[in-house]
Amino acid sequence: MTALRNICALVEKEWRHYFGSPIAWVALTIWTLLFGLFHVLIFRSFLLYSMRSAQQTEFGGGPKLSLNELVIGHVLQNMAVVALFITPMLTMRLIAEEKKQGTLELLATAPITPWQIILGKFFGAVSLFALMIAAGLLNIAFLWQYTTVPPEWKPVATGALGLLLLSACFIAVGLFVSTLTRNQIVAGTLTFGLLLGFWILGWLDDPTSGPAMRVIAYLGLLPHLDSLMKGVLDLKDIVFYLSFMVLGLFLAHQSLESQRWRA
Amino acid sequence: MIEVENLTKRYGRHTAVDGISFRVNKGEILGFLGPNGAGKTTTMRILTCYLPATSGTARVAGFDVFDQPLEVKRRVGYVPETPPLYPDMSVETFLDFCAKIKGVPSAERKARIDDAMGKCRVGDVRRTLIGRLSKGYRQRVGLAQAILANPEVLILDEPTAGLDPKQIIETRELIKGLGGDHTIILSTHILPEVSMTCGRVVIINKGRVVAEDTPDNLMHRLRGAATLRVEVRGDATAAERALRAVPGVIAVRSAGDAAGHAFEVEAASGADVRADAARAVIAAGADLVGLGQAGMSLEEIFLHLTTTEPVHGDVSPATTEMTA
Repeated sequence: MTALRNICALVEKEWRHYFGSPIAWVALTIWTLLFGLFHVLIFRSFLLYSMRSAQQTEFGGGPKLSLNELVIGHVLQNMAVVALFITPMLTMRLIAEEKKQGTLELLATAPITPWQIILGKFFGAVSLFALMIAAGLLNIAFLWQYTTVPPEWKPVATGALGLLLLSACFIAVGLFVSTLTRNQIVAGTLTFGLLLGFWILGWLDDPTSGPAMRVIAYLGLLPHLDSLMKGVLDLKDIVFYLSFMVLGLFLAHQSLESQRWRA
Repeated sequence: MIEVENLTKRYGRHTAVDGISFRVNKGEILGFLGPNGAGKTTTMRILTCYLPATSGTARVAGFDVFDQPLEVKRRVGYVPETPPLYPDMSVETFLDFCAKIKGVPSAERKARIDDAMGKCRVGDVRRTLIGRLSKGYRQRVGLAQAILANPEVLILDEPTAGLDPKQIIETRELIKGLGGDHTIILSTHILPEVSMTCGRVVIINKGRVVAEDTPDNLMHRLRGAATLRVEVRGDATAAERALRAVPGVIAVRSAGDAAGHAFEVEAASGADVRADAARAVIAAGADLVGLGQAGMSLEEIFLHLTTTEPVHGDVSPATTEMTA
């Protein structure tokens, strides 16, 4: 009970910081603008494509082109890349700033545990990201309004969930890196480098590579997004993302604790 | 209320706190006096569970700082040297956040915040962003944060550092007012500060406790020549006999330098026997060639302390409380 109350107090504090400073407004603006831009561009090329295919097969009505696959899936994939850029900027301050301001001493001497600090910080950032994703999904909501055959909602839901899980993994990594330094720029750059590394790992996954390569490729963050984007809720992917998160948070906790001993 | 036994903290090869022990009784204000780098902050950080000790034990209200940190943290209010504040929060919001993480029940929260703001006189800036406050106000917000949950123990690290004379006096009055309800440890490197606020003083230097007494007794030991070193030439035996006869002298030892004509004269606490000792040596027919204080370990430490207060003229005239 007290644990939950403490975590909530920390989440609330994070939100006050996000919205009391330009951070949240800038992140939300950039994110929704890019979301809209990708959506418009991809939807436009979808229209061109569907018109062309309709001309080719005049009598059969053309192949069934899926809005889900060709529009929403693509937009969400693109937004995953945007998340790769935005999350380091949201997470770099999480602990580094507290250290620099000396306020980590306030948190560390209050009757809250290091886990509560880590989880409060984590859920604060994740919930901001959830809001960003929700704001972006408004673009997609218009598809229901203006299409004769509306898209299926399930792939949209799993895609959004995938995006949230992916960004939560990014945040866990960023939170860990932020515990390592008191310099925000260092934390941000290092996080970005690490995330890009995990991103690229996924590229190793091709049928010709050996078993060792496949194992390393499995750690890539991106391939696990594919089936979620297609509307397939595979437990394997969920478990992968959740364990990645837990590992990141565990490292963050250990790092925070060990610094007390080394200080 | 606070028991510290053989506390040691090493940073790599450097020993910051070297086996210190002391106790603080309930309701007492203990001054923690020592030059910069003596280990005051480290000790306080151990007591607040911020740092683990290398060895030794510390208990606050019966709870071990290592084994039961949450119980200790619930009972301790702590203000580090630079108060830990969020510059982008208003005073009220900040205190509300602190009350939550300190576990103040929501029904009492508002009353506790108002009470702390009243005691620390920050009510008039409750809606101001902390980043816009002057140093004096920030210090007081830091103190308000510490007393929010009405802790049994307050630990204040250099609470008057960097304040102007008016603010220093106000802060001391505030701390004195808090004594009795709370057990307080405050650290300082300014000597007169402890005599004004503290009932008892622990002096630490290079990580060790070198003295523990009331401020009055310490002041006596500082002024009074506890041990004199007297060098004579000529009839040393007569001089020694004469020195023994001086009122206030407790013991005379031969300090045995090369010539064998130096004595260490121990005087009763508070008695200044230097003039009488000099006259006695001359009267005994010996030549007095040296007279000085010996065994100055405590005094040497005092030399490193700031023994005077900053005077008003030294402080810039801009003492406006608000910077924006």
